[in-house]
Amino acid sequence: MTNQRDNTPHAGSCVEAAAGTSTVQLIVNGVEQRLRVTPNAVLLDVLRDQLGLTGTKKGCDHGQCGACTLHVNGVAINSCLSLAIMHDGDEITTVEGLERNGELHPVQEAFWEHDAYQCGYCTAGQVMSAVAILKDVRIESDDASVREAMSGNICRCGAYKNIVAAIQSARKAGRAV
Amino acid sequence: MRNFDYIRAADPDQAIATHAQTRGAAFLAGGTTLLDLMKIDIMRPPSVIDIHRLAFDQIETLPDARVRIGAMVSNTTLAYHPAIRDDYAVLSEALLSGATTQLRNKATTGGNVMQRVRCGYFRDGVSPCEKREPGSGCAAIEGQNRNLHAVLGTSERCIAAHPSDMCVAMAAIGATVSVQGPNGSREIDFLDFHLAPGDTPWKEHALDDNELITHITLDAPLRASKSAYLKLRDRASYQFALASSAVIVVTADGVIQDVRIALGGVATKPWRAKQAELALKGRPATRDAFSHAAQVALQGAVPYAHNGFKIALAQQAIVRNLLSLTS
Repeated sequence: MTNQRDNTPHAGSCVEAAAGTSTVQLIVNGVEQRLRVTPNAVLLDVLRDQLGLTGTKKGCDHGQCGACTLHVNGVAINSCLSLAIMHDGDEITTVEGLERNGELHPVQEAFWEHDAYQCGYCTAGQVMSAVAILKDVRIESDDASVREAMSGNICRCGAYKNIVAAIQSARKAGRAV
Repeated sequence: MRNFDYIRAADPDQAIATHAQTRGAAFLAGGTTLLDLMKIDIMRPPSVIDIHRLAFDQIETLPDARVRIGAMVSNTTLAYHPAIRDDYAVLSEALLSGATTQLRNKATTGGNVMQRVRCGYFRDGVSPCEKREPGSGCAAIEGQNRNLHAVLGTSERCIAAHPSDMCVAMAAIGATVSVQGPNGSREIDFLDFHLAPGDTPWKEHALDDNELITHITLDAPLRASKSAYLKLRDRASYQFALASSAVIVVTADGVIQDVRIALGGVATKPWRAKQAELALKGRPATRDAFSHAAQVALQGAVPYAHNGFKIALAQQAIVRNLLSLTS
């Protein structure tokens, strides 16, 4: 997505008013972003509130539900348990960064085809975990291993069966990466 | 989360010097414990020193066959490393049984060692808790103490179980914790690193002020050994152990030559069961011998109102693990 917004909080305030903030440079979905953040600004909140990337969801805010899962340098993490300021120079991929030339990512397509969600609140996190798991050759490809590897993503609607089916379908189609 | 001063450490010397100059500072590695506890206002460091990019990110096999693990190696990287999968199956299994993919990707080896207890009364911020507020008492002793509370190594001031799986495997393997402080470096035996609560539940480890964990070095693997981690819990994944066993065993002609046993979920620190090991060495590898050793391991266990079942469960964790490894 393009973003023309001024990403500086307290725009127009003087330097003193922004004391305690510092600049962090993130590469978010391939776009370099320079952001002013306070030390306690959480990566999830900065992406949502400063960059408007609200695809990544805040569920439990304590690393227990997985709704906030995104990739840092290709590795899936809980963005609610990370400070933005820790990630200077890092490449961040959110669910908004999966599409290619306006087309859904193959794993997103597979979720769509398998009805792998109901309310959809957890879906961005589920998809980000699934994409990472399918790329990780250390994780076995059987259903039990997929369920175990996905256990950090809670779905309160209970779409688990279809989520596993979608992931395995994407794997079989060889379109995971 | 309250705000704080943030310092990104360029090297270990700077991290330690800054820590020494800054009252109440906390080292930040993966953040999966620290930031969680800062969000619920249980930890309130005025300064945070970010060490997650320090170059303690290697896993090296030393000439004496020990394996040296950098403190910033992630739990995922460690679990899947060939040196660990091949020679320390118990450690790989323990790591992969803990937390979730995302948390393991972020959590570090040093941070896992430093994680805090999961007792609800510690985390709620209001109940009596000797770790949080020395002198206030322990709400868990008469409270909800089924899941996250210990039967071994408890005191009248704290009964919270140590939550780590990784540390239980390391207690069985044997390891040293390398630390660096303002006055230089030293090594701490892994079994001496964590402290049982005793009369000072707020003192959880053997680090001096301003010391930083740099590496953990595993003892050389036992020759011809088999090992496994067996974790028993309320659900199949993403749950702390009710009881777990880390077992390493060497048998020859049906006789136990050497054995290491450690327990998780049931003790206030990663719990090495040395008396049980002694009871097994030189004995035939039979169910009777395993059951006897399991009883020895839990001698002295103190059950509380809701967690007495953990004594039998931990015994079963030992017996089943040994049976599986020697069958």
